[in-house]
Amino acid sequence: MTDDLDTLDELKSAMHAATPAPDPARRAQDLALAQKNFADLQGSTSESRLTSERPKTGLRRGLGKMIDVLSSRAGLTATTALIAVTFVTLGPGSDLLQLPRPSLPGLTGSTPELAVAPKDVEMSAGEIADQLAKTESARNRGVTYLAEEEAPLAQAAPAPSAEIATTAQLRSVEPSALSRMQQPAAGLAAPSEDRIAVPEANTEAYANEDPNPVQVTAENPVSTFSIDVDTASYALARNSIQRGVLPHTDAVRIEEMINYFNYGYFAPDGDMPFSVSTGVMQTPWNPGTQLVHIGIQGELPAMANRPPLNLVFLIDTSGSMQDPDKLPLLKQSFTLMLSQLRPEDQVAIVTYAGSAGQVLEPTPASDRKTILAALNRLEAGGSTAGQAGLQQAYDVAQGMSEEGEVSRVILATDGDFNVGLSDPQALKDYIADKRETGTYLSVLGFGRGNLDDATMQALAQNGNGQAAYIDTLSEAQKVLVDQLSGALFAIAEDVKIQVEFNPATVAEYRLIGYETRALRREDFNNDKVDAGEIGAGTSVTAIYEVTPVGSDARLTDPLRYSAVATEGGSDELGFLRLRYKEPGESTSQLIEAPITADLPPMEGTGWAAAMAGFGQLLRDDSYLGDWGWDQAIALANANRGADPYGYRAEAVQVMRLAQSLAAR
Amino acid sequence: MDTSDESLAKAAAGGDAVAFSTLLERRYDQLFALCFRLTGSRAEAEDLTQDICAALPAKISRFRGESRFMTWLYRVAVNAAHDRRRRQSTRSRAAEGWGDWEKSRQAEMSETAAQVDWLTAAMRSLPEQLRDTLALVLDEVTHAQAAEILDVSEGTISWRMSEAKKHLRRMREEEEQV
Repeated sequence: MTDDLDTLDELKSAMHAATPAPDPARRAQDLALAQKNFADLQGSTSESRLTSERPKTGLRRGLGKMIDVLSSRAGLTATTALIAVTFVTLGPGSDLLQLPRPSLPGLTGSTPELAVAPKDVEMSAGEIADQLAKTESARNRGVTYLAEEEAPLAQAAPAPSAEIATTAQLRSVEPSALSRMQQPAAGLAAPSEDRIAVPEANTEAYANEDPNPVQVTAENPVSTFSIDVDTASYALARNSIQRGVLPHTDAVRIEEMINYFNYGYFAPDGDMPFSVSTGVMQTPWNPGTQLVHIGIQGELPAMANRPPLNLVFLIDTSGSMQDPDKLPLLKQSFTLMLSQLRPEDQVAIVTYAGSAGQVLEPTPASDRKTILAALNRLEAGGSTAGQAGLQQAYDVAQGMSEEGEVSRVILATDGDFNVGLSDPQALKDYIADKRETGTYLSVLGFGRGNLDDATMQALAQNGNGQAAYIDTLSEAQKVLVDQLSGALFAIAEDVKIQVEFNPATVAEYRLIGYETRALRREDFNNDKVDAGEIGAGTSVTAIYEVTPVGSDARLTDPLRYSAVATEGGSDELGFLRLRYKEPGESTSQLIEAPITADLPPMEGTGWAAAMAGFGQLLRDDSYLGDWGWDQAIALANANRGADPYGYRAEAVQVMRLAQSLAAR
Repeated sequence: MDTSDESLAKAAAGGDAVAFSTLLERRYDQLFALCFRLTGSRAEAEDLTQDICAALPAKISRFRGESRFMTWLYRVAVNAAHDRRRRQSTRSRAAEGWGDWEKSRQAEMSETAAQVDWLTAAMRSLPEQLRDTLALVLDEVTHAQAAEILDVSEGTISWRMSEAKKHLRRMREEEEQV
């Protein structure tokens, strides 16, 4: 029985240690909310209406103390917070676009020592800092703490109701301050400051499958998959690495790391909405194999006569969205995007889990003032009413769309998908159903710690849309400005690729990435099976690693009793088939092309191979042999090309940082 | 002046805004701590606390002083947590907080985290009912109060606690075998 008691005691102290102190800003907000609701309920608008003004005593002092105690961590987070705040202050403006990505100083670049605190901070708690550097969620929280403390300074003038607090209110603060002081967290050895440092469980969920295995051509010559134009995985991995943590292996989808970059394959000609090109190159990590590279380039239709757009922003305003890298960044991002819209385009805003319902009626994009005002009014908070947010968004979209226009719902969230339909399958079906009516869904993820990558993927895939992760204004610029046309205008739908390898020339093959996009062989010709879309101007890349017959690199032994491989009179490596539908059509068209061994390497192959290597190093390097970070970085560096926006230079930095992290 | 929880709560029920804000200020931190113990994640706890604060003014008008205020508040919190869980249970991220043991296990390595891990693992190994009961009892709530909060008999609480202990003992044994 004493054992039980010990266990219970242990549990109790662990529980005390794990329980965080409430965030001061959240606390103040909640109290203000409760007071406002109380006042509303009493129907009184007189002095009993309290303001959101936070009491000046107690809280700030507590924060100062926290900074003193957690010196090095606080130093680290304070810098981040200040950056985040600068971000909020600047407001929309063209010069904003030149802003460098905000990043943790000392964490990016080549600095391998991640846990080093800024110089002006005492190092006594170095160990804590080291530990914290490994725990991104803890840092995340730290950022929230400080950033929110600063945020009011950065925001516009506080609500007009911020009157001088009456004596009654001041009095009301005192007992609580007192009670906090008199409450030395019962039976708890550690002071409350220590409790904050305990990392909380990370609740992110990722979508992935096991890495594609090597296939023996003689046994399984056909490989079928759907294209994937998402980029969320790269942005997520970059965000993790820049926080000083290698991404979770399931967060790495290699095809998205490759497809994050534009390869500028040669433009389509004739009636085809996109071009398909193939190339063969020597595998950088294995002298005995080759890479078969398939590149698809979507045409960039003349945007001057593009159809009018109807956009419905469906925005998560649950309480957890108030972090600086969530709702504030979202507002900035959408502001950037507005500048890309035409006067004839229309925008509406629907929120869920919070100040419920439609907050902006369909408004012409030319009326920037009204749209911006609605956007800036959004606040994280309010009670979490189970709104039928998604249905409402679709209804609004439906009401907006006219013949020949393009309608899209853009869902922005940090992972709270409580959008009104509670059964995931019903949710998917609903979105797929709406897809058939021509309203598509794109998903933008914000913030870390609670991001539901898996659901994001599922929703976007079913909604014929893109899933992107936005962690900085630069990423918003890339996704919502530079590549907006690609994200919003599909030029080909349900694009499926099937490659049949020739057992006479290829002994084994392996598709790099696309695990979550695998299709059954018979799905290829079935036009009812949904697949990925190609957006205007986007490029999509797929890479196979193939082992020629007779190569030393072969991993499996040939079967003794198998039929002799058919010659077929062909020295082709394989045969590429691709199916797509014109937007809105229900029957697919077929493109076929042989893949021959003498195809020259394509433009951009080197970079794509470097990214494929990068992804495998992060996820599963079992096929890479001795080839490691140094080689991957060298390969990437040698293939940076023109890189007009600096994305590739940044990727090299991220790889170097990942190398340092992996070496620890 | 009588400033006990109960008299403030009764004043609040009668429309006294100052009493209401005083009371909530006083008890907010404990409310948040309980929300964390019920959910196992900070983000969830924050959203849950916010829900409760938003709904509290309407609820407190029905406070009659038949139980202690904290007992009453905890019952509100437990019910709100159940509502929230029910709404979420069919969503794909149902396995979160205490449920998301595997992910946190992979993510955390440090010693402090090991303690949290053990806690998370322990909480996760328990069925929901036992988890809620334990969350209350670990919060220094007596069995009698817990019974009142959860609207079950005191015997049920005692039984649940012994079940929880059994669970934990089994877990401890498995740990030691490894």
